[in-house]
This record gives sequence, C-alpha cells and structure tokens, in this order.
Amino acid sequence: MLQVTINGQPHHFDNPLSLQQLLEHMSIQNKRIAVERNGEIVPRSQFTLQTLSDGDQLEIVVAVGGG
Amino acid sequence: MDDFIVAGKHYSSRLLVGTGKYKDFNETRAAIEASGAQIITIAIRRTNIGQNPNEPSLLDVLPPSHYTLLPNTAGCYSAEEAIRTLRLARELLDGHSLVKLEVLGDPRTLFPNVVETIKAAEILVKENFQVMVYTSDDPIIAKQLEEIGCVAIMPLASLIGSGMGILNPWNLQIIIDNSQIPVLVDAGVGTASDAAIAMELGCDGVLMNTAIAAAQNPIMMASAMRKAVEAGREAYLAGRMTKKTYSASPSSPSEGILPVQPK
Repeated sequence: MLQVTINGQPHHFDNPLSLQQLLEHMSIQNKRIAVERNGEIVPRSQFTLQTLSDGDQLEIVVAVGGG
Repeated sequence: MDDFIVAGKHYSSRLLVGTGKYKDFNETRAAIEASGAQIITIAIRRTNIGQNPNEPSLLDVLPPSHYTLLPNTAGCYSAEEAIRTLRLARELLDGHSLVKLEVLGDPRTLFPNVVETIKAAEILVKENFQVMVYTSDDPIIAKQLEEIGCVAIMPLASLIGSGMGILNPWNLQIIIDNSQIPVLVDAGVGTASDAAIAMELGCDGVLMNTAIAAAQNPIMMASAMRKAVEAGREAYLAGRMTKKTYSASPSSPSEGILPVQPK
C-alpha cells in the first residue's frame, strides 16, 4: 500500500508505480504539465524513471487563463 | 519599423493582454485575436484532478507556436512562491525564460510587495530568467529592478482589476525618463483613453486583462485597445504641441478678416 499526496489530496495505490504510470492512470500523460515531487521539479525525461515512494508529495500544474 | 523590443525579440504590437476572466475559451481566443497582442500572460495552477481529460486546455486554444506566452506569478505573496511558480512554468513551457514577476503584498488591494519582488528578481535573473516585473510606480524601486537585470519594468497605473486609469502620470513619467529598458503600464487601465494616455507619456507598451475581459463586449473593447495603443504611440512619436496655459492661438489666419460694419 502506497500513499501519495497529489495537489494536496491523498491517493492510495496497491502496487509500486512510476510517475509516468501515475500520469497515465490519471489520463493526463499527454497534457502539457509540470510536476514537482517533494519540492523538486521532475524533468519530463525522468517521468518513466522515477518510481513513487510512500509519502511522496506531488504537485502537478498546468497553464490557465490569467492576467 | 517601430517595433517593441523586449529581451532582444521584436514585436509589432505594443499591447500585451492577459487571458483570465473570460466567459469561455472561444471568447478568450476571439478577444486576443481582436487585440492583436503577440505576448499574452498565463497563470500556473494545480491541475484539476479527475476532470475530463479531453477537455481542451488553454494552450490548445492559444498555442505557444502563435503567441509568446508570459507566465505570471499572480497570487504569490512571497519571493519563494513566485520563484517556485516560475521554475514550474519554465519546465511546463520547455525552457521558456521570458516571465512576468509579480509578488503581491495584500489580497484586498493586490498592491505589490516591492521588497519580496526585488528578492525574487535577484534570484530569477541569476537563474537566467528574463524578468518583466510588475511593481509600484516608485521610480527608485523601478531603477533598482532595472539594475538587478530585469528586461522590462511594469508599474501599475492603478490597482489590478480596478479600471481606475492612470492615477499618477507624474511618477510614470519619471520612471520612463529614467529607464533604459522598456516600461509598460501593467494594471489599472479601464478604457481606451487610459491606454492612449499611457502610450502618449512614452510607455513602450501596455499590459491589461480586466479592461477587456470585463467590458460588456470584450471583443470590441479588445479592438478599441489595439487602436488606442497605436494612436497613443503615434501621438507620442509625432510629438505633441506645447501646451499654452491661459493663452489661446487661433487656427485660422488673423489677416483678411472682414471689417466690422459701421452701424
């Protein structure tokens, strides 16, 4: 059992997974996003290489309208 | 050509617009097209988990191939938050470095916190960001931000989203006269004449969002703003006549006027 906090909300996973698998699970792997893991930006090239750990804090951001 | 040049890039439009507060993406796109803007601001926010993944996103509507995107730090109240936001923006936009820094001081007035703004600017410039910086209309702070290495100074004309227009043209004039880098009025423009006045003062450009988005007809207002910025720029370049306080000067010849007929 794995608990990962994504944008402030706790999410539970039964099996270990990579960041890329998480994004696919959320159906946002093709979106233009940026990811911060425990305060550090994860470059896109690292998505498949980084396996999530219990207690990870993720922030996933997008561009929205703003002034 | 009278291009607007910022961070070494040339633009034909001197109107920069925000992409917030529109009814939907169609209205956003139509208004931005009508404004003629080439540089548009965007915000960085948490993605909405669980939303329909097929829903179009802002960058589908306003692709980075067509516009220079200017990620902002709206909503940040410390240097640390602003820097974090812009690092994420740079990752999101594949290394894009032109950004709008704004560090707010107070949620009621959205007045900038210039101390935190300076702190953030110092770090961002060291990290090779090209920083267009929102600030108060304090000429000393503006100069300091220029010396730090910002690429444009963007003083407020009045409070963000207030539409109060240009409250202190005198300070703006000092900032413009002192600056070696572009000066843009950012915030406070309410209608076309405000934008024209900013340009007539000698601003290099105007950045606005609410004045267009909150108009009854945003698309027509976007077009009006485009014309106002162009008109104000031309008037500035043309060089206005000297004001003659309390002394009129007739436009028609004073010779050959018909004599007064004797009664």
